[in-house]
Amino acid sequence: MVENRPWLTFFSHAVLIAGVVLVAFPLYMTFVASTLTLEEILQVPMPLVPGGHLWENYVQVLTAGSERGAAAPVGRMMLNSLIMALAIAFGKIAISIIASFAIVYFRFPLRNFFFWVIFVTLMLPVEVRIIPTFKVASDLGILNSYVGLTLPLIASATATFLFRQFFMTVPDELAEAARIDGAGPMRFFVDVLLPLSKTSIAALFVIQFIYGWNQYLWPLLITTEESMYTTVIGIKRMITGGDALTEWHLVMATAMLALLPPALVVVLMQRWFVKGLVDTEK
Amino acid sequence: MEKRVVFRSAWLPYALLAPQIAITIVFFFWPAFQAAWFSFQLQDAFGLKTEFVGLRNFVELFKDPRYLESFKITALFSVLVAVCGIAVSLVLATMADRVLRGALAYKTFLIWPYAVAPAVAGVLWAFLFAPSVGIVTFALRQIGIDWNWVLRGDQAMALVVIASVWRQISYNFLFFLAGLQSVPKSLIEAAAIDGAGPTRRFWTVVFPLLTPTTFFLLIVNMVYAFFDTFGVIDATTQGGPAGATQILVYKVYHDGVKSADLGGSSAQSVVLMIIVIVLTVLQFRFVERKVHY
Repeated sequence: MVENRPWLTFFSHAVLIAGVVLVAFPLYMTFVASTLTLEEILQVPMPLVPGGHLWENYVQVLTAGSERGAAAPVGRMMLNSLIMALAIAFGKIAISIIASFAIVYFRFPLRNFFFWVIFVTLMLPVEVRIIPTFKVASDLGILNSYVGLTLPLIASATATFLFRQFFMTVPDELAEAARIDGAGPMRFFVDVLLPLSKTSIAALFVIQFIYGWNQYLWPLLITTEESMYTTVIGIKRMITGGDALTEWHLVMATAMLALLPPALVVVLMQRWFVKGLVDTEK
Repeated sequence: MEKRVVFRSAWLPYALLAPQIAITIVFFFWPAFQAAWFSFQLQDAFGLKTEFVGLRNFVELFKDPRYLESFKITALFSVLVAVCGIAVSLVLATMADRVLRGALAYKTFLIWPYAVAPAVAGVLWAFLFAPSVGIVTFALRQIGIDWNWVLRGDQAMALVVIASVWRQISYNFLFFLAGLQSVPKSLIEAAAIDGAGPTRRFWTVVFPLLTPTTFFLLIVNMVYAFFDTFGVIDATTQGGPAGATQILVYKVYHDGVKSADLGGSSAQSVVLMIIVIVLTVLQFRFVERKVHY
């Protein structure tokens, strides 16, 4: 602090509190709506304090889904989302850590070529190759399966870059010492490099878990069976169109269930989350 | 930069790279190549016959007023998302950098929207702004604004911009805060001793030093608005009313999946790929100058 200006400090707090309230307002209203009955929501204006139907609404969506839209239980969808998020996070970390190990610690023909092959994937997000990628998935027969949900998304240039960047900072003496002691490359990787990478892995895990949980376009394309829907897709399918027809109390309960797990990961693992965000953008 | 100490093996590096390269080829290169290939072809209505038509799909695309309209909408949308998101986050980050008490609490309460899926963010805001039941709609009606984004294009645009910005504030906020904290305190003290007040200091010392961060965020936000907001649009307006929020990515999806126009959609994919490539190159050229290894 350069100088003491009480009014400016007061003003700063006021702006921040306004920001926090504004940012939290949609979440609060979602929570309120998820504890009301549909009739209570439909009266204008809807109540601003939580009602007494929290338990019923959540049990209803978790076990039975909505009545007018998709009738798939959200419990199942949350399991699908969890499987997808974990598979993508672990899959990405696993394949990119070994790929960057190869690129950093070996000299071999075509090394730079492979590096560029991985780099170029940054420029091909799913959104620009929707239909051909769908075709590939359908030719491979992996529509409506966990393999189809996760495998096409686990190649990642950002994770490979992150590990490459990190390996570059590992002192050469470690590899030298390992070699003198007679350790092969894999031994060095498992006993030296992996333990050193723990923080990078944790940071990347948080980011990729959120990425996987929040996927939308890809699951929308390749899941047609209700039993394979993820939570985010489930919400979309519950909105039947038309304000008064949508069962907002159930949609909002599902929205809460869809956003709580990743939000908890961000808040509880805040340190890793911030590190992951900053590192993946380098 | 290269490692001095390396391992030797004729096959191990290839085996380690194999999974990543295999997935990249099967799910990235092959589809991208096919998109490029389809974009030069025309398929008949039943999908029985395809014919090579050269650049015709592209010519048709750029003659189509709806496609040009979609270009304009995307430009407007991404500029609005980037500028609003950056402005709001910069204000919040500057304030958070000033306060000592409760800084961590503010940070925690501001970063969680990043965890919300774009589609879910869309649903939350669509509910608040819903024409008949929405609480914000009700408030707006009290002050004499008739709000119905289902019918009015400009209001639909406002809705998707608000939902997209809301989710992105946390990201911008974190980067601005990191940028602000790395501004040397001695510079600010020197300016204060010379008699510059907080506002003057911000515009003449702090903000110029934040230019790299701002530029970086500008590109990241543009990319976000171009591609990641698909969920926001699909969960709320679905491109409507009358195409008022049909951004390019949504149009590729709509034409390819809903209308099954393979050639046209593929040509759009190719145009999008070129846009991503330009944005990525911009981002990397710039990052190279910002980060010194």
